Amino acid sequence: MIPDRGLTNTVLYLDGVSKTFDGFRAINNLALTLEHGEMRAIIGPNGAGKTTMMDIITGKTKPDEGDVYFDGTTDLTTLDEASIANLGIGRKFQKPTVFESHTVADNIRLALKDERGPWSALFGARNRIAPERIEHILEIVRLIDHHERLAADLSHGQKQWLEIGMLLAQDPKLLLVDEPVAGMTDAETADTARLLREIARDHSVVVVEHDMAFVRDLDCKVTVLHEGSVLAEGTIDAVSSNERVIEVYLGR
Amino acid sequence: MSGAGTNSMGRRPLLLSLIDGKGWIFLAVVAAAAVLVPLLNLAVPEGSAFHVPTYVVALLGKYLCYALLALALDLVWGYCGILSLGHGAFFALGGYAMGMYLMRQIGPRGVYANPLLPDFMVFLNWKELPWYWHGFDSFPFAALMVLLVPGLLALVFGWLAFRSRVTGVYLSIMTQAMTFALLLAFFRNDMGFGGNNGLTDFKDILGFNVQAQTTRCALFVATAIALVLGYLVARYMVTSTYGKVLVAIRDAESRTRFLGYRVETYKVVAFVVSAMMAGVAGALYVPQVGIINPSEFSPANSIEAVIWVAVGGRGTLVGAALGAVLVNFGKTYLTGALPEIWLFALGLLFVVVTLFLPKGIVGLLTQKRQQRQEISPRDESLAAEAGIGEAGAVEGGKA
Ligand SMILES: Nc1ncnc2c1ncn2[C@@H]1O[C@H](COP(=O)(O)OP(=O)(O)OP(=O)(O)O)[C@@H](O)[C@H]1O
Ligand SMILES: [Mg+2]
Repeated sequence: MIPDRGLTNTVLYLDGVSKTFDGFRAINNLALTLEHGEMRAIIGPNGAGKTTMMDIITGKTKPDEGDVYFDGTTDLTTLDEASIANLGIGRKFQKPTVFESHTVADNIRLALKDERGPWSALFGARNRIAPERIEHILEIVRLIDHHERLAADLSHGQKQWLEIGMLLAQDPKLLLVDEPVAGMTDAETADTARLLREIARDHSVVVVEHDMAFVRDLDCKVTVLHEGSVLAEGTIDAVSSNERVIEVYLGR
Repeated sequence: MSGAGTNSMGRRPLLLSLIDGKGWIFLAVVAAAAVLVPLLNLAVPEGSAFHVPTYVVALLGKYLCYALLALALDLVWGYCGILSLGHGAFFALGGYAMGMYLMRQIGPRGVYANPLLPDFMVFLNWKELPWYWHGFDSFPFAALMVLLVPGLLALVFGWLAFRSRVTGVYLSIMTQAMTFALLLAFFRNDMGFGGNNGLTDFKDILGFNVQAQTTRCALFVATAIALVLGYLVARYMVTSTYGKVLVAIRDAESRTRFLGYRVETYKVVAFVVSAMMAGVAGALYVPQVGIINPSEFSPANSIEAVIWVAVGGRGTLVGAALGAVLVNFGKTYLTGALPEIWLFALGLLFVVVTLFLPKGIVGLLTQKRQQRQEISPRDESLAAEAGIGEAGAVEGGKA
């Protein structure tokens, strides 16, 4: 059945997506839709295909088959990473990846939404970014006191926040956040949940996370992935009492 | 480096304000050499202890050409992580373009006195000038080719390689293959570049005798100017946001892509500018050494250039130039005194630098200065500077 993509209010639409690595089906007939302004948590055991799903959405991995549409009309399977990023899809990696030999402020500077071409970076607008824009982001992610430090010198949790700040600076329509609270203290985790809820007020957000307390904190619809496809979907209470979900998590 | 690209007004500051402490020292030294060397050669009588012999002027000029080549290499390797083992090819192509001009200047003064054809063509019984030799009697045309030929090769090579995302060792091997292929091609007599013997026996440049003392001094000054200009261009690039993106690519290439940067375009731009700089270096080299032959394409030359940069300190620009001069000074000395150990010495030097001086000489000096400043409030811009010069590229971009 061909869906009515142009009219449905989806920011992200995946249907029948499969991806095989060396005979191993990492993603298996996956279907998922995300509405504009929605926040969604994705959980699932290790190897369920959560990161691979993000790879497919952001153009890092091409699916073997299936539809991947952004904003109802844009086919993401034909685009490369840079084009997809410029459409307005930002991504935080599972392993925090910041530019270690740049300062915290420069990390944000490079992420800020603006022209991305070498000409602009050499001579043009990219060199005239107002410091206030950088400071504004750094205040949100509470790194303003560290803005001249090298990113390499930040703690693990601070790097996670810096990467979230870089996401914000991109000002994407859709944020894909892979395990944002790994390695954080409980207090930092709670802060991160608050921050993401705030971001979700005017962005669509997909959060992958193992930490159940954190997912509960996010207070949004939950999708459970297992062996590359959707096992269950619903509120956190509904999915955590779902028998098949319990089986998958306890049966490991 | 933080804030170096923008000041509080959000404007790009003047070029002069982008030069750091070691940059000023570098410019001062090059400027002093450009004044003193010709002065001590031309104005001081030959018997005096202060006299600089003409052959030394040419030798120093050669070092400065190498320094420009090293600077070009540092732009792509130090800042963007592109380890080119084929930069000697761009240098040699620039050299050949200049050599072709110098050949055409010989005119009827060759051994065979052919007004149009260089001697080696007459010798090969060629009847007319190959099409690609046309125009090289004009200096502006030759000068343009010095930039265009290496630039075009870098554009095509870079576009193919970077678009296919060839990186790391594979890219290095491809660059070696490129210079090796050119080496073989230029060896062939039917290529029309003088084969094995290359181009030599030059007479005039711009109407002046290439061998004359004054011409040698003028070439030295021209090389110093080219080195300064090359430094300023490179410094402008690396302190702009463009340079920050290059470093971002070096440290975490795929992260940079996911931010929406077209990594391949950034790399191609750096590669082309760098190749053009190398071409200029080669063009200035040829009239000073008096010959260009296919051995300039030999892969070992390109590898030597990488060692210069490593010794001086990659990602520092000034260090690359310093490394080129120091290593070549050592080479001149050793090949004179103990010719058989030079290659071993070079190999040993590379191992020692890789193991004990990962940031090269300039990295070491910067570190020393920082340690002294640790007591006083730490200069943040210096700290950031050291980060830019970080030798070990961080493995990044893994999802
Ligand atoms: N490029 C690849 N080549 C081969 N196999 C891959 C590749 N990427 C992912 N896989 C495999 O696909 C499966 C799904 O991996 P993925 O990283 O998507 O899981 P995940 O749900 O993110 O797990 P985790 O919770 O551990 O992060 C794993 O078995 C993994 O080994
Ligand atoms: Mg994962």
